[in-house]
Amino acid sequence: MVEFTLPKNSKVGRGRTFAAPAGAKRIKEFKVYRWSPDDGQNPVLDTYELDLDRMGPMVLDALIHIKNEVDQTLTFRRSCREGICGSCAMNIDGTNTLACLKPIEEVKRAVNIYPLPHMPVVKDLVPDLSMAYAQLRSIEPWLKADTNPPPDGERRQSMEERSKLDGMWECILCFCCTTSCPSYWWNGDKYLGPATLLAAYRWIADSRDEYTGERLDALEDPLKLYACRTIMNCTQTCPKGLNPAEAIGKIKQLQLERKG
Amino acid sequence: MKDVRDALFVAHASDGKLVRRPMSPHLGVYRLQLSMVLSGLNRISGIVTSLGTLLLVWWLVAAASGPKPFDTVQHVVANPLGMIVLFGWTLALVFHTVGGLRHLAWDAGYGFAKDVFNRTGPIVIAVSVVLTLLIWVVGFALWHHGVPAAGTGS
Repeated sequence: MVEFTLPKNSKVGRGRTFAAPAGAKRIKEFKVYRWSPDDGQNPVLDTYELDLDRMGPMVLDALIHIKNEVDQTLTFRRSCREGICGSCAMNIDGTNTLACLKPIEEVKRAVNIYPLPHMPVVKDLVPDLSMAYAQLRSIEPWLKADTNPPPDGERRQSMEERSKLDGMWECILCFCCTTSCPSYWWNGDKYLGPATLLAAYRWIADSRDEYTGERLDALEDPLKLYACRTIMNCTQTCPKGLNPAEAIGKIKQLQLERKG
Repeated sequence: MKDVRDALFVAHASDGKLVRRPMSPHLGVYRLQLSMVLSGLNRISGIVTSLGTLLLVWWLVAAASGPKPFDTVQHVVANPLGMIVLFGWTLALVFHTVGGLRHLAWDAGYGFAKDVFNRTGPIVIAVSVVLTLLIWVVGFALWHHGVPAAGTGS
Protein backbone atom coordinates (compact mmCIF):
# COMPACT_ATOMS: atom_id res chain seq x y z
CA MET A 1 0.00 0.00 0.00
CA VAL A 2 1.14 3.50 -0.80
CA GLU A 3 2.15 5.39 2.33
CA PHE A 4 2.99 9.05 2.16
CA THR A 5 3.94 9.33 5.82
CA LEU A 6 5.88 7.24 8.27
CA PRO A 7 4.25 5.27 11.09
CA LYS A 8 4.03 7.23 14.32
CA ASN A 9 6.94 5.39 15.96
CA SER A 10 9.15 6.08 12.93
CA LYS A 11 8.89 9.85 12.64
CA VAL A 12 12.36 11.33 12.90
CA GLY A 13 12.97 13.84 15.69
CA ARG A 14 15.77 16.30 16.30
CA GLY A 15 18.86 14.78 17.85
CA ARG A 16 22.03 15.97 19.48
CA THR A 17 24.66 18.21 17.91
CA PHE A 18 28.33 17.43 18.21
CA ALA A 19 30.33 20.62 17.63
CA ALA A 20 33.45 20.66 15.51
CA PRO A 21 36.76 20.28 17.35
CA ALA A 22 38.61 23.49 18.16
CA GLY A 23 40.90 24.66 15.37
CA ALA A 24 39.05 22.82 12.62
CA LYS A 25 39.40 24.60 9.27
CA ARG A 26 37.27 22.63 6.80
CA ILE A 27 34.08 21.89 8.70
CA LYS A 28 31.31 19.81 7.17
CA GLU A 29 27.97 18.90 8.74
CA PHE A 30 26.84 15.28 8.75
CA LYS A 31 23.28 14.56 9.76
CA VAL A 32 22.92 10.93 10.68
CA TYR A 33 19.81 8.86 11.42
CA ARG A 34 19.95 7.29 14.87
CA TRP A 35 17.72 4.74 16.55
CA SER A 36 18.42 2.19 19.22
CA PRO A 37 16.04 -0.47 20.54
CA ASP A 38 17.26 0.41 24.05
CA ASP A 39 16.34 4.09 24.01
CA GLY A 40 12.59 3.65 24.02
CA GLN A 41 12.10 6.64 21.75
CA ASN A 42 11.61 7.64 18.15
CA PRO A 43 14.53 7.88 15.73
CA VAL A 44 16.42 11.17 15.68
CA LEU A 45 18.80 12.94 13.33
CA ASP A 46 22.13 13.64 15.07
CA THR A 47 24.33 16.40 13.71
CA TYR A 48 28.08 15.94 13.61
CA GLU A 49 30.31 18.84 12.67
CA LEU A 50 33.47 17.23 11.41
CA ASP A 51 36.89 18.46 10.39
CA LEU A 52 37.42 17.19 6.84
CA ASP A 53 41.19 17.46 7.25
CA ARG A 54 41.11 14.63 9.77
CA MET A 55 39.52 11.95 7.60
CA GLY A 56 39.60 10.26 4.20
CA PRO A 57 37.59 11.47 1.21
CA MET A 58 34.57 9.15 1.32
CA VAL A 59 31.37 9.25 3.36
CA LEU A 60 32.38 5.94 4.93
CA ASP A 61 35.58 7.60 6.13
CA ALA A 62 33.44 10.20 7.88
CA LEU A 63 31.30 7.53 9.54
CA ILE A 64 34.39 5.65 10.72
CA HIS A 65 35.79 8.93 11.99
CA ILE A 66 32.61 9.55 13.98
CA LYS A 67 32.75 6.08 15.47
CA ASN A 68 36.45 6.34 16.34
CA GLU A 69 36.64 9.92 17.53
CA VAL A 70 33.22 11.34 18.31
CA ASP A 71 30.53 8.83 19.18
CA GLN A 72 31.30 5.14 19.60
CA THR A 73 27.64 4.19 19.73
CA LEU A 74 27.07 4.89 16.02
CA THR A 75 26.20 1.62 14.30
CA PHE A 76 26.65 0.84 10.62
CA ARG A 77 27.72 -2.03 8.41
CA ARG A 78 30.99 -1.85 6.51
CA SER A 79 33.67 -4.22 5.42
CA CYS A 80 35.76 -3.88 2.25
CA ARG A 81 35.68 -0.07 1.89
CA GLU A 82 36.16 -0.45 -1.86
CA GLY A 83 32.70 -1.10 -3.28
CA ILE A 84 32.78 -4.85 -3.60
CA CYS A 85 31.14 -6.20 -0.43
CA GLY A 86 27.95 -4.14 -0.51
CA SER A 87 27.77 -3.76 3.28
CA CYS A 88 27.76 0.02 3.60
CA ALA A 89 24.70 0.58 1.38
CA MET A 90 22.69 3.50 2.75
CA ASN A 91 20.74 6.56 1.71
CA ILE A 92 23.20 9.43 1.32
CA ASP A 93 22.15 12.87 0.14
CA GLY A 94 18.80 11.52 -1.01
CA THR A 95 19.85 8.51 -3.05
CA ASN A 96 20.99 5.03 -2.18
CA THR A 97 24.64 4.27 -2.64
CA LEU A 98 27.67 2.73 -1.00
CA ALA A 99 29.18 5.01 1.62
CA CYS A 100 32.65 3.84 0.60
CA LEU A 101 32.16 4.92 -3.02
CA LYS A 102 30.50 8.26 -2.28
CA PRO A 103 32.94 11.18 -2.15
CA ILE A 104 32.05 13.68 0.57
CA GLU A 105 32.79 16.57 -1.76
CA GLU A 106 30.00 15.47 -4.12
CA VAL A 107 27.52 16.63 -1.47
CA LYS A 108 27.18 20.39 -1.56
CA ARG A 109 25.60 21.10 1.82
CA ALA A 110 25.17 18.99 4.95
CA VAL A 111 25.52 15.28 4.28
CA ASN A 112 22.25 13.56 5.19
CA ILE A 113 22.67 9.88 5.96
CA TYR A 114 19.73 7.50 6.45
CA PRO A 115 19.41 3.73 6.37
CA LEU A 116 18.16 2.13 3.14
CA PRO A 117 14.57 3.39 2.72
CA HIS A 118 11.36 1.73 3.85
CA MET A 119 13.02 -1.07 5.81
CA PRO A 120 12.78 -2.17 9.43
CA VAL A 121 15.67 -0.55 11.30
CA VAL A 122 17.82 -2.83 13.47
CA LYS A 123 19.89 0.04 14.83
CA ASP A 124 21.02 3.39 13.39
CA LEU A 125 22.08 2.79 9.78
CA VAL A 126 21.55 -0.96 9.84
CA PRO A 127 18.36 -2.11 8.09
CA ASP A 128 16.88 -5.60 8.39
CA LEU A 129 17.39 -7.22 4.99
CA SER A 130 15.93 -10.65 5.87
CA MET A 131 12.99 -10.15 3.52
CA ALA A 132 15.21 -9.18 0.59
CA TYR A 133 17.51 -12.15 1.25
CA ALA A 134 14.54 -14.52 1.46
CA GLN A 135 13.28 -13.19 -1.86
CA LEU A 136 16.70 -13.70 -3.43
CA ARG A 137 16.70 -17.29 -2.18
CA SER A 138 13.24 -17.80 -3.67
CA ILE A 139 14.52 -17.39 -7.24
CA GLU A 140 17.16 -20.09 -6.62
CA PRO A 141 20.21 -18.11 -7.71
CA TRP A 142 22.39 -21.02 -8.70
CA LEU A 143 22.99 -23.13 -11.78
CA LYS A 144 20.24 -25.72 -12.20
CA ALA A 145 20.75 -28.52 -14.72
CA ASP A 146 19.67 -32.16 -15.07
CA THR A 147 22.42 -33.17 -17.46
CA ASN A 148 25.83 -33.75 -15.98
CA PRO A 149 28.81 -31.65 -16.98
CA PRO A 150 31.36 -33.39 -19.20
CA PRO A 151 33.38 -35.81 -17.02
CA ASP A 152 36.65 -34.21 -18.02
CA GLY A 153 35.79 -30.57 -17.43
CA GLU A 154 33.36 -27.80 -16.80
CA ARG A 155 30.25 -26.71 -18.73
CA ARG A 156 31.47 -24.69 -21.69
CA GLN A 157 30.09 -21.42 -22.98
CA SER A 158 30.88 -19.53 -26.16
CA MET A 159 32.25 -16.00 -25.81
CA GLU A 160 28.89 -14.73 -26.98
CA GLU A 161 26.92 -16.76 -24.44
CA ARG A 162 29.22 -15.64 -21.67
CA SER A 163 28.89 -11.98 -22.68
CA LYS A 164 25.14 -12.17 -22.03
CA LEU A 165 25.93 -12.31 -18.31
CA ASP A 166 27.89 -9.06 -18.37
CA GLY A 167 26.21 -6.36 -16.35
CA MET A 168 24.61 -8.96 -14.08
CA TRP A 169 27.35 -11.03 -12.48
CA GLU A 170 28.82 -7.76 -11.19
CA CYS A 171 25.87 -7.25 -8.82
CA ILE A 172 27.10 -7.24 -5.21
CA LEU A 173 23.62 -7.53 -3.65
CA CYS A 174 23.80 -4.31 -1.67
CA PHE A 175 20.05 -3.78 -2.30
CA CYS A 176 20.49 -0.07 -3.06
CA CYS A 177 18.23 -0.56 -6.09
CA THR A 178 15.58 -2.65 -4.36
CA THR A 179 15.19 -0.14 -1.52
CA SER A 180 15.07 2.80 -3.96
CA CYS A 181 12.04 1.39 -5.73
CA PRO A 182 8.60 2.82 -4.81
CA SER A 183 6.97 -0.38 -6.08
CA TYR A 184 9.09 -2.29 -3.60
CA TRP A 185 8.26 0.18 -0.84
CA TRP A 186 4.54 -0.30 -1.34
CA ASN A 187 4.43 -3.97 -2.44
CA GLY A 188 7.71 -5.41 -1.20
CA ASP A 189 5.93 -8.25 0.57
CA LYS A 190 5.15 -9.70 -2.87
CA TYR A 191 7.16 -7.78 -5.47
CA LEU A 192 10.65 -9.30 -5.67
CA GLY A 193 12.42 -6.01 -6.32
CA PRO A 194 15.11 -5.08 -8.86
CA ALA A 195 18.14 -6.78 -7.23
CA THR A 196 16.43 -10.15 -7.02
CA LEU A 197 14.96 -9.84 -10.52
CA LEU A 198 18.39 -8.95 -11.91
CA ALA A 199 19.72 -12.09 -10.24
CA ALA A 200 16.80 -14.06 -11.70
CA TYR A 201 17.57 -12.83 -15.20
CA ARG A 202 21.26 -13.61 -14.69
CA TRP A 203 20.28 -17.30 -14.48
CA ILE A 204 17.57 -17.11 -17.14
CA ALA A 205 20.15 -15.71 -19.55
CA ASP A 206 22.79 -18.32 -18.65
CA SER A 207 23.22 -20.79 -21.53
CA ARG A 208 24.29 -23.53 -19.08
CA ASP A 209 21.10 -23.34 -17.02
CA GLU A 210 18.41 -25.87 -17.98
CA TYR A 211 15.54 -24.47 -15.94
CA THR A 212 14.74 -21.34 -17.94
CA GLY A 213 11.09 -22.29 -18.39
CA GLU A 214 10.56 -23.09 -14.71
CA ARG A 215 12.29 -19.84 -13.74
CA LEU A 216 9.98 -17.85 -16.02
CA ASP A 217 6.96 -19.76 -14.69
CA ALA A 218 7.87 -18.81 -11.15
CA LEU A 219 8.06 -15.13 -12.08
CA GLU A 220 4.82 -15.00 -14.08
CA ASP A 221 2.88 -13.26 -11.34
CA PRO A 222 1.06 -9.92 -11.20
CA LEU A 223 3.19 -8.65 -8.33
CA LYS A 224 6.42 -10.67 -8.19
CA LEU A 225 7.48 -9.34 -11.60
CA TYR A 226 4.89 -6.99 -13.01
CA ALA A 227 4.78 -4.63 -10.03
CA CYS A 228 7.74 -3.06 -11.83
CA ARG A 229 6.38 0.08 -13.50
CA THR A 230 9.70 1.21 -15.02
CA ILE A 231 10.11 3.99 -12.49
CA MET A 232 13.88 3.66 -13.12
CA ASN A 233 15.07 4.52 -9.61
CA CYS A 234 16.97 1.22 -9.57
CA THR A 235 19.13 1.96 -12.58
CA GLN A 236 19.45 5.58 -11.52
CA THR A 237 20.88 4.64 -8.12
CA CYS A 238 22.97 1.48 -8.69
CA PRO A 239 26.43 2.22 -7.26
CA LYS A 240 27.94 -0.34 -9.62
CA GLY A 241 26.40 1.24 -12.72
CA LEU A 242 24.29 -1.82 -13.53
CA ASN A 243 20.86 -1.76 -15.13
CA PRO A 244 18.26 -3.78 -13.19
CA ALA A 245 15.39 -2.05 -15.05
CA GLU A 246 16.67 -3.43 -18.33
CA ALA A 247 16.99 -6.95 -16.89
CA ILE A 248 13.40 -6.78 -15.65
CA GLY A 249 12.32 -5.51 -19.08
CA LYS A 250 14.00 -8.50 -20.68
CA ILE A 251 12.20 -10.93 -18.37
CA LYS A 252 8.88 -9.28 -19.27
CA GLN A 253 9.74 -9.59 -22.97
CA LEU A 254 10.61 -13.28 -22.61
CA GLN A 255 7.29 -13.88 -20.85
CA LEU A 256 5.50 -12.22 -23.75
CA GLU A 257 7.49 -14.08 -26.41
CA ARG A 258 6.83 -17.51 -25.05
CA LYS A 259 3.11 -16.80 -24.90
CA GLY A 260 3.43 -16.48 -28.68
CA MET B 1 -1.57 -9.96 9.08
CA LYS B 2 -1.88 -7.64 6.12
CA ASP B 3 1.75 -7.55 5.18
CA VAL B 4 4.24 -10.31 5.99
CA ARG B 5 6.90 -7.66 6.46
CA ASP B 6 5.15 -6.64 9.68
CA ALA B 7 6.87 -9.53 11.45
CA LEU B 8 10.27 -7.98 10.77
CA PHE B 9 9.37 -4.93 12.82
CA VAL B 10 9.28 -6.92 16.04
CA ALA B 11 12.59 -6.96 17.90
CA HIS B 12 14.13 -7.27 21.33
CA ALA B 13 15.82 -4.58 23.37
CA SER B 14 19.00 -5.58 25.20
CA ASP B 15 16.98 -6.37 28.35
CA GLY B 16 14.81 -8.78 26.38
CA LYS B 17 11.79 -6.51 26.22
CA LEU B 18 9.85 -6.59 22.96
CA VAL B 19 10.12 -3.38 20.95
CA ARG B 20 8.78 -2.24 17.63
CA ARG B 21 11.37 -1.22 15.09
CA PRO B 22 10.87 2.00 13.18
CA MET B 23 10.53 2.03 9.40
CA SER B 24 13.35 3.91 7.72
CA PRO B 25 12.27 7.11 5.91
CA HIS B 26 11.43 6.70 2.24
CA LEU B 27 9.45 9.23 0.15
CA GLY B 28 10.26 11.99 2.62
CA VAL B 29 14.03 11.70 2.20
CA TYR B 30 14.45 10.24 -1.29
CA ARG B 31 15.68 12.82 -3.77
CA LEU B 32 13.07 13.45 -6.44
CA GLN B 33 14.42 12.68 -9.88
CA LEU B 34 12.80 13.44 -13.18
CA SER B 35 12.50 9.76 -14.06
CA MET B 36 10.44 8.94 -10.97
CA VAL B 37 8.39 12.14 -11.19
CA LEU B 38 7.46 11.38 -14.80
CA SER B 39 6.45 7.86 -13.80
CA GLY B 40 4.12 9.26 -11.15
CA LEU B 41 2.77 11.87 -13.54
CA ASN B 42 2.10 9.15 -16.10
CA ARG B 43 -0.28 7.54 -13.65
CA ILE B 44 -1.91 10.75 -12.53
CA SER B 45 -2.36 11.92 -16.12
CA GLY B 46 -3.93 8.55 -16.90
CA ILE B 47 -6.52 9.08 -14.19
CA VAL B 48 -7.14 12.70 -15.24
CA THR B 49 -7.50 11.62 -18.87
CA SER B 50 -10.08 8.99 -17.95
CA LEU B 51 -12.08 11.39 -15.79
CA GLY B 52 -11.88 14.08 -18.46
CA THR B 53 -13.26 11.65 -20.98
CA LEU B 54 -16.50 11.79 -18.99
CA LEU B 55 -16.68 15.46 -19.96
CA LEU B 56 -16.30 14.45 -23.59
CA VAL B 57 -19.15 11.94 -23.19
CA TRP B 58 -21.30 14.64 -21.63
CA TRP B 59 -20.53 16.95 -24.55
CA LEU B 60 -21.38 14.26 -27.12
CA VAL B 61 -24.59 13.24 -25.34
CA ALA B 62 -25.61 16.88 -25.14
CA ALA B 63 -24.86 17.35 -28.83
CA ALA B 64 -27.08 14.38 -29.63
CA SER B 65 -29.87 15.58 -27.32
CA GLY B 66 -30.51 18.90 -28.98
CA PRO B 67 -29.51 22.56 -29.09
CA LYS B 68 -30.49 23.49 -25.55
CA PRO B 69 -28.47 20.90 -23.66
CA PHE B 70 -25.59 21.53 -26.08
CA ASP B 71 -25.77 25.20 -25.29
CA THR B 72 -25.52 24.45 -21.61
CA VAL B 73 -22.37 22.40 -22.10
CA GLN B 74 -20.81 24.98 -24.35
CA HIS B 75 -21.57 27.59 -21.72
CA VAL B 76 -19.93 25.59 -18.95
CA VAL B 77 -16.89 24.67 -20.98
CA ALA B 78 -16.38 28.12 -22.46
CA ASN B 79 -16.13 30.00 -19.17
CA PRO B 80 -12.59 30.57 -17.82
CA LEU B 81 -12.77 27.79 -15.24
CA GLY B 82 -14.09 25.34 -17.83
CA MET B 83 -11.28 26.37 -20.15
CA ILE B 84 -8.68 25.69 -17.47
CA VAL B 85 -10.17 22.24 -16.85
CA LEU B 86 -10.26 21.56 -20.57
CA PHE B 87 -6.66 22.72 -20.96
CA GLY B 88 -5.60 20.47 -18.07
CA TRP B 89 -7.38 17.57 -19.69
CA THR B 90 -5.69 18.21 -23.02
CA LEU B 91 -2.30 18.40 -21.35
CA ALA B 92 -2.94 15.18 -19.41
CA LEU B 93 -4.15 13.39 -22.53
CA VAL B 94 -1.19 14.51 -24.62
CA PHE B 95 1.35 13.84 -21.85
CA HIS B 96 -0.09 10.40 -21.19
CA THR B 97 0.05 9.59 -24.89
CA VAL B 98 3.59 10.84 -25.45
CA GLY B 99 4.83 9.35 -22.17
CA GLY B 100 2.98 6.19 -23.11
CA LEU B 101 5.10 5.91 -26.25
CA ARG B 102 8.17 6.01 -24.00
CA HIS B 103 6.71 3.24 -21.88
CA LEU B 104 5.87 1.31 -25.05
CA ALA B 105 9.50 1.60 -26.16
CA TRP B 106 10.61 0.20 -22.79
CA ASP B 107 8.16 -2.66 -23.12
CA ALA B 108 9.67 -3.39 -26.53
CA GLY B 109 13.14 -3.39 -24.97
CA TYR B 110 14.41 0.02 -26.07
CA GLY B 111 15.62 3.06 -24.15
CA PHE B 112 16.76 1.43 -20.92
CA ALA B 113 20.26 2.93 -20.83
CA LYS B 114 20.57 5.51 -18.08
CA ASP B 115 21.82 8.29 -20.35
CA VAL B 116 19.02 7.51 -22.81
CA PHE B 117 16.07 7.60 -20.41
CA ASN B 118 17.49 10.69 -18.73
CA ARG B 119 17.34 12.34 -22.16
CA THR B 120 13.96 11.02 -23.30
CA GLY B 121 12.31 12.32 -20.10
CA PRO B 122 12.79 16.04 -20.88
CA ILE B 123 11.88 15.32 -24.51
CA VAL B 124 8.51 13.89 -23.39
CA ILE B 125 7.82 17.06 -21.40
CA ALA B 126 8.82 19.37 -24.26
CA VAL B 127 6.82 17.48 -26.89
CA SER B 128 3.76 17.33 -24.60
CA VAL B 129 3.79 21.08 -23.95
CA VAL B 130 4.32 21.96 -27.61
CA LEU B 131 1.60 19.58 -28.83
CA THR B 132 -0.87 20.81 -26.21
CA LEU B 133 -0.29 24.45 -27.17
CA LEU B 134 -0.58 23.52 -30.84
CA ILE B 135 -3.92 21.81 -30.24
CA TRP B 136 -5.21 24.90 -28.48
CA VAL B 137 -3.99 27.29 -31.12
CA VAL B 138 -5.64 25.20 -33.83
CA GLY B 139 -8.76 24.82 -31.67
CA PHE B 140 -9.11 28.57 -31.17
CA ALA B 141 -8.48 29.24 -34.83
CA LEU B 142 -11.30 26.85 -35.78
CA TRP B 143 -13.57 28.30 -33.13
CA HIS B 144 -13.22 31.80 -34.52
CA HIS B 145 -13.84 30.61 -38.04
CA GLY B 146 -17.41 29.46 -37.92
CA VAL B 147 -17.78 27.02 -35.05
CA PRO B 148 -20.50 28.55 -32.87
CA ALA B 149 -19.26 30.17 -29.69
CA ALA B 150 -20.96 29.73 -26.34
CA GLY B 151 -24.50 31.01 -26.18
CA THR B 152 -24.95 31.25 -29.92
CA GLY B 153 -25.46 27.56 -30.50
CA SER B 154 -29.08 27.74 -31.60
